[in-house]
Order: sequence, then C-alpha cells, then structure tokens
Amino acid sequence: MNIRNVSLILNRELKSYFSSLTVYIVILMFLLMTGYFFYNLLATFSVVSYQAQTDPMLAKQYQLLNINETVIRPLFGSISIILLLMTPLLTMRLFAEEKKTGTIELLLTFPINDVDVVLGKYLACLVVLLTMVLLTATYPILLVVLGEPEVVPIATGYLGLVLLGAAALSLGIFTSSLTENQIVSASMSFGMLFFFWLISYSVPLVSAGLGQLLSYLSINEHIESMSKGVVDSTDIIYYLCFIALFLFLTLRSLETKRWR
Amino acid sequence: MIEVENLTKEYGEFRAVDNISFTVEKGEILGFLGPNGAGKTTVMRILTCFFPPTKGKVMVAGYNCFEDSLNVRKRIGYLPQRVPLYEDMKVNDYLRFVAAIKGTPGKEVNRKAAKAMDDCGLSEVSNKLISTISGGYRQRVGIAQALVNDPEVLILDEPTVGLDPKQIKEIRNLIKELAGKHTVILSTHILPEVSILCGRVIIINKGKVVAEDRPENLATESAQRMLLRIGGDAQLIGQELSRVGGVKGVEREQASGDANVFTVVLEDEKLGRQGIQAMIERNRFELVEMRLLEVSLEDIFIKLVTKEEA
Ligand SMILES: Nc1ncnc2c1ncn2[C@@H]1O[C@H](COP(=O)(O)OP(=O)(O)OP(=O)(O)O)[C@@H](O)[C@H]1O
Ligand SMILES: [Mg+2]
Repeated sequence: MNIRNVSLILNRELKSYFSSLTVYIVILMFLLMTGYFFYNLLATFSVVSYQAQTDPMLAKQYQLLNINETVIRPLFGSISIILLLMTPLLTMRLFAEEKKTGTIELLLTFPINDVDVVLGKYLACLVVLLTMVLLTATYPILLVVLGEPEVVPIATGYLGLVLLGAAALSLGIFTSSLTENQIVSASMSFGMLFFFWLISYSVPLVSAGLGQLLSYLSINEHIESMSKGVVDSTDIIYYLCFIALFLFLTLRSLETKRWR
Repeated sequence: MIEVENLTKEYGEFRAVDNISFTVEKGEILGFLGPNGAGKTTVMRILTCFFPPTKGKVMVAGYNCFEDSLNVRKRIGYLPQRVPLYEDMKVNDYLRFVAAIKGTPGKEVNRKAAKAMDDCGLSEVSNKLISTISGGYRQRVGIAQALVNDPEVLILDEPTVGLDPKQIKEIRNLIKELAGKHTVILSTHILPEVSILCGRVIIINKGKVVAEDRPENLATESAQRMLLRIGGDAQLIGQELSRVGGVKGVEREQASGDANVFTVVLEDEKLGRQGIQAMIERNRFELVEMRLLEVSLEDIFIKLVTKEEA
C-alpha cells in the first residue's frame, strides 16, 4: 500500500463525485426522505405529549417513554434503511464506469498496486457517505436545542449508522467490480443488501443455533444496541469483518481481470 | 529492451495471437503493421500488463510482465487505441494526475505536465474539460499522458489516428526525437508512416508474424516488377519476353505512342534484366524505356496478407 497513491485516487474520485449532479441529487433525496420521517416522528411525539397533559392514563404510559425512545431510535431505524437504499447509487459507478469507458485499461497499467486503487475508491465513497450521514445530524441537534434527549445514544447511534453504511459501500464496490453495467451493479447490491437485511426474518423458522447465526449475520441487527447507547465489540467486529471481506473480494475480482 | 517469446493469447476458444516471437532493442522504433483484427492491440495489452498471455514469455526492460508487472509498468507509457480518458477532468488536471500517479515527485509534477502539454501542442485547451475538446486534441492528451513521465518504453496504439496533417507531422517528429533514448512500439494502418518512422516493421496477420524487416528491405526484396516500352510487333515481343529466363509473367498494358508497354514480373531480377536486353538486341526491337517499378509498402502488405489467406 502506498499512501500517496491512495490519496491521489481518492482525490480524483472525490472531484469526480462532486463534479457531477448525481451525488447532489442522491444527498438531497436522502435528506428529504429522512427529514420526512423526522418530521412525522416529531409531530406524533408533540401531539401525544400535548394530549398527555390532559389525560393522566396516557401520561403515565408515556412517562415510560422519552424522546430518545419515541423519536431518536425510530429515526435511526428509518435512516439506516434509507441509507441501505442509497449506497448502491454511490458505489455503482466506481469500477463499472471505468470498464465501460475503457479508462480501466490505463488505470490498471499505471504503476500502482490494485490495493491502492480499491482503497482510494472506497475511501472516496466513504467520504460521500459521511457527508450524507453528518448532514442528518441537524435533526438530533434540533432535538437537543428544543428538548433534553440523552446524548450518548445519539452518538453511538451515529457510529452504528456509519458502520452500517461503510459495510454497504464495501458490498457495493464489490458488485461494481464485477460488471461494466452500472444498473447491474446497483441491482446486485440491492439484492445482496436486502438479503443481509432480511436474513433475520427467518430466525423464528429455524433451529435455535442456526437462528443465532442468522441474526448474527444480519446487517442491521448490529446497530440495534448501538442506537440504545450500548457499544458491543462483537457488533463492531462484525462490520469491520464485513468491510474487510468485501474489499478483499473486490481486489480478487480486479486481479482476475488482470489474469484473464 | 523488449523480448517476446512464443506469445499466444486465446480469448476463450479464439486464438487472437498465435506463437509470436520478436525482440526490440533499446532506442529502436518498431512498427506493428496489420489489418483489422490482426492482434496488434492484443499484443500491446500484454506488453503493458493489462492482461497476461495464455502462453509465452514477455520481458520488458528486463522484467517479466506477468511476475513483475509493477516494475514493467513503472517503465512504460501507453496510449490505448480507444484513448480512454477521464472526461470529467480538465486537461492540465488530468496530466498532473497521471504524472503524480506515475511516481513523479510532488515538486516536479507541474513542470512535467506543462512540458507534456507543450510537446503535444495542448496549451490552448489546457483549461478545458476533456469531454469538451475535439477528437484530435483527445488523441494528443492521450499521447501526452503516455509521455509525461519520460518512460523508457513507449507503446502507442495507432498514435496518429484522427489528427490533422500538421499535427500528424508534429507528432511524428516528436516520436522520431524520442528514438534513441526511448524504445517505441507503435501500431498503425498507415503504411508511409512506417517508412517514415520505424527502423523495423513487423507485419502480423491473424495473430501470426508474416514478415519482419527494415521497411526499405521489405521494399527492395520484392522489387520485382519492370516496366518496358518497346517498339515493334506487340505479339512477337510478348512471346519473346515470356521465353526469357528469370521472367515469371508478362502483362501487356495500354500502348503509349508508337511503343508497346509491358510490365514484367521478374523471378530473378539480374538474370531477367540481362535476358531481356539480349533478347531485344537479338530481335532488333526498338527499346524506348526500361525501368524497375518501385514497390510500395502497400503492395508488400497486400501481397503478404493475401498470400497468407490464399
Ligand atoms: N476481449 C476480447 N474478447 C474476445 N475476442 C477479442 C477480445 N479482444 C479482441 N478480440 C479479438 O481478437 C482479435 C484481435 O484483436 P485486436 O484488437 O488485437 O486486433 P487489432 O490488430 O488491434 O485490430 P485493429 O487494427 O482493428 O485495431 C480480433 O479478432 C478480436 O475480435
Ligand atoms: Mg487495435
């Protein structure tokens, strides 16, 4: 690995991301969708807490809940799903476009290691992801200004979102290395992310041991506890392994290009 | 500098390059000549480590393309046939990017990019997006990125396609200047380009080498046609000519003035020439003109390529 080469690729990819309209539209749509969820959750919360002032029964029930439980946790849930929907749109071009236009021929004959290429490209989409996720921080900041939510679960929730997004990106960059068609790449990422997301739905149908394995493999099970403020090392290890595995597969896929 | 031994490349079942061997010395300009689909691009892609050969050994600058590809790639500049460039970059940004990624130290990146732009006549468009420049300028940017790091070996796939005549001349001069210090392999369909630029030509067809020599040798070796203008009985002259030793074929052309015109294909140039002279003196024909026809590379090319097919 050569840091200079990684940063050269990273810079080029970032410029290319932000010189096209696509990324702005993806970010805008992401903010609109998450904003819509935030608005609804907040509106429900305020209506219910207003009613609770006159209804002692409801108030008692509601005291058990707080703004963290009623707004922030569901918000993280929706953001994570929307994030999974958006990441394939960020990664689909990374290799597929280079193959389509033929620039891969020069890229792979430049004197740089394939690792540098993969890392540079991966870091570039990670930067875009961080931008997207950080922009949603306006919602919890608003809550901090207006109310008194607990801050720790918000911070760990964001850690979870970033890890989940980073994992989804690694899968996306892998599918992009498999094809020269961006649509095919995005479809494959959607399919595989959907699989890793819904795998936990089969847990009740199988034996306990297998169920445990399936829920461990599920990509969104691991942000659950983080959005409650608990950071478990197994969750972090899961995401890091996921990322490492798919970056490794990307590398292999590039190498087979070179070897065919 | 470049050694290719028994190189074979198969795409699935299809054999695109079939057991080719050649070497290129340091400082030489080698021309790759061949019809469409001959396998020129395939050989170049193997030389640049884009993909490995199915069989055979390829060494560039002392390193094996397959086992030591990074060391090979450090020493080459490559212009692919399609000239794939990052459309969303400006010309100068792109050349700086390529210079840096080819290992130019940070301080020299700007200077090298500027020099490459200068050499390839790109100053006018240096601030334009690559997607907006014309085809010829794209080609020049492609050449500039191949040259930018002063590589030992240059591999240029049809470098002058799409350039205007003035630019073709400039680029050819540029390539000529590179000879000596750099080793160049270029592919082309343009035959005069080969005689102008290349010290040596390899003609390939259907993945096989059909000829390999200096361009002028290729031309003289097959300089076997002679034009004759002779006054007298055309029928008789024709008969006599075909009887001369060393003559393979006689063709009667349109007569000009009062002399008959023949082209004669000679098997053995010297024997044929002497035989014809003697024959003319014997028969007292009137010799108006007698000269060897210069054979162009086109003729050789077509001859070699069609011979292969026959
Ligand atoms: N990726 C590929 N898969 C299958 N066949 C290929 C591939 N690339 C090239 N070929 C075939 O290999 C043969 C040689 O192609 P190549 O591009 O090397 O020819 P070329 O000499 O460069 O031709 P041109 O003058 O048209 O550029 C052709 O018949 C082509 O169809
Ligand atoms: Mg070609």
